[in-house]
Amino acid sequence: MSVWIAIGLTVVGCYVVKLVGLLVPEGALERPLVRRLAALLPVALLAALTAQQTFSAAGALVLDARALGVAAAAVALALRAPFLVVVGAAVVVTAGVRALGG
Amino acid sequence: MAEQTAPPVIRESTKADSAVVRDALGVGIAVGLSGFAFGVTSAGSGLSLLQTCALSLLVFTGASQFALVGALAAGGNPFTAAAGAFFLGTRNAFYGLRLSQLLALPRAVRPFAAQWVIDETTAVALAQPTRRAARIGFSVTGLTLYVLWNLTTLLGALGAEAIGDTDAWGLDAAGPAVFLALLAPMLKTATERYTAGIAVVLGLGLLPVLPAGVPVLVAALAAPAVLWARGRHMAGGNVGTGGAGGSGGSGGTDGTDGSGKGDVR
Repeated sequence: MSVWIAIGLTVVGCYVVKLVGLLVPEGALERPLVRRLAALLPVALLAALTAQQTFSAAGALVLDARALGVAAAAVALALRAPFLVVVGAAVVVTAGVRALGG
Repeated sequence: MAEQTAPPVIRESTKADSAVVRDALGVGIAVGLSGFAFGVTSAGSGLSLLQTCALSLLVFTGASQFALVGALAAGGNPFTAAAGAFFLGTRNAFYGLRLSQLLALPRAVRPFAAQWVIDETTAVALAQPTRRAARIGFSVTGLTLYVLWNLTTLLGALGAEAIGDTDAWGLDAAGPAVFLALLAPMLKTATERYTAGIAVVLGLGLLPVLPAGVPVLVAALAAPAVLWARGRHMAGGNVGTGGAGGSGGSGGTDGTDGSGKGDVR
């Protein structure tokens, strides 16, 4: 049930912010500080999420095959690989390390 | 058959509709296929098929969807999990702001168009030279992405249920890899890199001590903190000592247009 609550809140919240952008009068959100904050907020969230989903399990910090998988994704990104290749590299390397007993 | 293609006399200001459609399809198909990664990740995180598909159908903004299932898998309560997903989605409001001027949609259409206001549709629409091209770009990208994203979400979720242990297949690395791919193009200046670095430290450092989902929200405070510190630095340190001041200045301008087409998901 709590999963559905989370889904419901996310559905409503994400739709409302999309709609607000289309409906508010021009210039209402155009203050430089607001725009810079809006541009920087995803940076902070994505960085924290990347780190957590790479180095944590069940509320504790861990170092496992995912670290190598995400490192492979970083290499793919540096080589300007397409999005799907980046994700694929992480999956394949992680699976490979686990198969080797890592 | 051997007919030569017409010389490109068509000026940029009257880009052919077919060229716009081609650009839009390219983006829509490439990114739409990554719904597969979401479907797998979501099902692997323990969400049901219905829950997974509901997210892609109704939320339809990838980063927020990945964040939500990640937070739920980590044991976060529904409110902190949804808050993280919501904050990631707030950037779409700024995309909408630009699009509403660019597309000049009738008010009655806006509630329907709103669901397609995401990174990719914004990037394609903003790249077009005319309003007509922007409307075509937005619509074709939105439709292609919406259909494919939902189809591949379903296939991914079904696939994950079929193979059982998704971790053995390394699929738990898909989520962080997606986030990294979204993050990398945003790290343009020192301002973004400081923010990301502080957020990583906060996110990992607080993880063992705070309830699941909360450390990410605290890490989000890196954004206002860095802006505040940069503001102070610029106000106080006009002397121009050290390179940090200079890059701070350019960081400001980059931050301003960062909410635009640069942030392709």
